[in-house]
Amino acid sequence: MRHIISLLMENEAGALSRVAGLFSARGYNIESLTVAPTEDSSLSRMTIVTSGSDEIIEQIIKQLNKLIDVVKVLDLNDGKHIERELMLVKVKASHQYREEMKRISDIFRGRIIDVSDNTFTIEITGSSTKLDAYLDSLDKSAIVETVRTGASGIGRGDRILKI
Amino acid sequence: MSAKKFTGAEIVIHSLHKENTEFVFGYPGGAVLNIYDAIFQLKKFKHVLVRHEQAAVHAADAYSRSTGKVGVALVTSGPGATNAVTGIATAHMDSIPMVIISGQVPTHAIGQDAFQECDTVGITRPCVKHNFLVKKIEDIAPTIKKAFHIARSGRPGPVVVDIPKDITAEESVFEYPSEIELRSYHPVEKGHQGQITKALELLISSKKPMVYTGGGVVLGDASEELTKLIKKLGFPVTSTLMGLGGFPANEKQFLGMLGMHGTYEANMAMQDCDVLIAIGSRFDDRVIGNPDHFLSKPRKIIHIDIDPASISKRVKIDVPIVGNVKSVLEDMNEIYSTLEKNHDKKIQSDWMKTIDEWKAKKSLSYKNSDEVIKPQYVVEELHKVTNGEAFITSDVGQHQMWAAQYYPFNKPRRWLNSGGLGTMGVGLPYAMGAQLAHPEAQVACITGEASIQMCIQELSTCKQFHLPVKIINLNNRYMGMVRQWQEFFYGNRYAESYMDALPDFVKLAESYGHIGLQIEKPSEVTDALKEAFSKKNKERLVFLDFLTDQTENVYPMVPNGKGLSQMILSEDL
Ligand SMILES: Cc1cc2nc3c(=O)[nH]c(=O)nc-3n(C[C@H](O)[C@H](O)[C@H](O)COP(=O)(O)OP(=O)(O)OC[C@H]3O[C@@H](n4cnc5c(N)ncnc54)[C@H](O)[C@@H]3O)c2cc1C
Ligand SMILES: Cc1ncc(C[n+]2csc(CCOP(=O)(O)OP(=O)(O)O)c2C)c(N)n1
Ligand SMILES: [Mg+2]
Repeated sequence: MRHIISLLMENEAGALSRVAGLFSARGYNIESLTVAPTEDSSLSRMTIVTSGSDEIIEQIIKQLNKLIDVVKVLDLNDGKHIERELMLVKVKASHQYREEMKRISDIFRGRIIDVSDNTFTIEITGSSTKLDAYLDSLDKSAIVETVRTGASGIGRGDRILKI
Repeated sequence: MSAKKFTGAEIVIHSLHKENTEFVFGYPGGAVLNIYDAIFQLKKFKHVLVRHEQAAVHAADAYSRSTGKVGVALVTSGPGATNAVTGIATAHMDSIPMVIISGQVPTHAIGQDAFQECDTVGITRPCVKHNFLVKKIEDIAPTIKKAFHIARSGRPGPVVVDIPKDITAEESVFEYPSEIELRSYHPVEKGHQGQITKALELLISSKKPMVYTGGGVVLGDASEELTKLIKKLGFPVTSTLMGLGGFPANEKQFLGMLGMHGTYEANMAMQDCDVLIAIGSRFDDRVIGNPDHFLSKPRKIIHIDIDPASISKRVKIDVPIVGNVKSVLEDMNEIYSTLEKNHDKKIQSDWMKTIDEWKAKKSLSYKNSDEVIKPQYVVEELHKVTNGEAFITSDVGQHQMWAAQYYPFNKPRRWLNSGGLGTMGVGLPYAMGAQLAHPEAQVACITGEASIQMCIQELSTCKQFHLPVKIINLNNRYMGMVRQWQEFFYGNRYAESYMDALPDFVKLAESYGHIGLQIEKPSEVTDALKEAFSKKNKERLVFLDFLTDQTENVYPMVPNGKGLSQMILSEDL
């Protein structure tokens, strides 16, 4: 099953490679991995999207906790949570397609953030499945370029990952 | 008046001294010259100059295995660090607490492909408990403090501290922190009382209980607590290769080692029990055989381990107890005394009878010979000559298994070998580390003619430091363990396992300034051992080259992919 794991780690050189190295050394899947500093500049927060059986996910959490630089780990799938990803898509938008592109992007609440003679660049956020659905709704040949941040996640209500 | 200033190199030495470092095993080079100069001037510990950095790490590792203290090694940047990697990985796999200090090119040169530069932190990351690159002089002391703390606490392991040359020359004040707080690292000490009680109730009510101990008992110095509890319970005990000596082998309850080359009774009992308690052992693939076969028998499993990640990693655990084995066993002893009145040992008596029947198979018996030296016989005689009291190191191969099978250990930390990584070449450096730590003790290295050549240069270190270790070379002219697999599973095609062009080990030992003896006849075995351990040779390294049976195999054997009860037994039975 797909799991979204959040963790806080020391904001130190090398911490990221310890996590990435753990996944490759033990053969765990990584669908996406995002990382950035938090409001406490000594900490970084990472979101990892992975998949595996319950046993594998349990091992992943334990192995992450075992890394000395990792301060706290939360499997967001253990409770209610929100997941968002940002995607920038450059699509063909020559004259006859412009309306159509605008309409589809509106349906997915995308924003056109750059326009050229032949292209639109659209910013769109949502769950990873929503972004997938958006791409599926486009004619493949219309997609010029895409870039995705990978998912970020946060618990709902009182579920908080903090030290 | 301003505070006294120290160079970074001096800070390294004073920090090691604050950690009560007795020995540093090392090898100099450009990036650590400042540190070596400080060693020379400050004289805070004994530096043991090895002949290859791999041996420095192995020897420091053995110092740790044989004493329980943190071993320390020092190597230079680049090739010094890469040579150390095998030693670090070996210690990591067996959870040995060590601090390895490596020199690094100056901070401004990092990333420039500088002379003797390598990414030591990157290269060692997968085979350390943790590692550090120190970037400024103020960080040297706190980092060394952290390194020792991390190495020795929780599940122990090696920690690398990489120090660029420029900061060892700079000056700063020195203050060694008395405490260190790591917000991200809090190893568990005490086990959950409810789980402990549950475990004991399960054990007491079981009809076929079994105890399976491992290296964690040795690492956690919990032999006493273990022995006390198991004797009270009266249950059968087996141990992994790494746990040997954790429970006295001369106790009737001890069934010998289990696993690929375990005894018949240990493996059968492990497979057939209804409640199993694993104590500081990690269900290794060489121990439980095919996991599906192992799990085909229903049984409840209790697991005590300090590392949560060890629990339910390979086998699903019913009653996990996370904690330091010493503390958990103390609690178990205490709680058992309140439950003892409910323990009706009669329900376990049929099980004890079954085990006695398995024992009667005498799965370790072998046919001795008057013609050719049997390796098992050499080990048995060594046991007699040393009264079972020696520190025994081994390399990797058949001789390692025979050492484990025929030299019963009654005390922990007497048996030093590479279990997890299985590193050929550890035997001689392990003997050095053990002998330095225990100058009055008898230390023997049981090795093979292939393994011993992997760190043979250390005979020179032994000469320089007057280390009177006794080398027991079980010379079968083959990489015997490889040959055995080729005989069993590759249709006798002995691809590259014959050890051709062997040196004359007697002359080799002599050329390094030691005593060498070759033994060809079974009748000469005991005398040769007595000679090696005689008063006359108390100060001398003696290399005993026993020409042993080339065709001997290690039995019992659980073939790869088979279940524990599907052992191949010796034809001699
Ligand atoms: C040629 C060859 C053949 C081999 N054949 C066999 C064989 O037949 N049988 C066999 O048993 N092995 C064999 N091995 C060794 C095997 O590969 C493993 O190294 C070994 O079985 C692991 O032992 P262990 O389970 O005791 O774990 P260790 O590697 O010793 O690990 C110790 C465990 O205890 C835990 N621990 C550490 N400290 C504490 C503490 N203070 N409190 C609580 N828990 C703690 C750790 O977290 C870990 O889980 C062989 C090796 C070689 C090279
Ligand atoms: C560094 C290293 N390389 C290769 C191996 C694989 N290996 C395991 S046992 C063995 C043969 C050991 O031969 P020897 O030292 O003569 O011991 P014997 O089995 O004959 O007793 C080999 C090559 C290993 N364990 N370590
Ligand atoms: Mg051999």
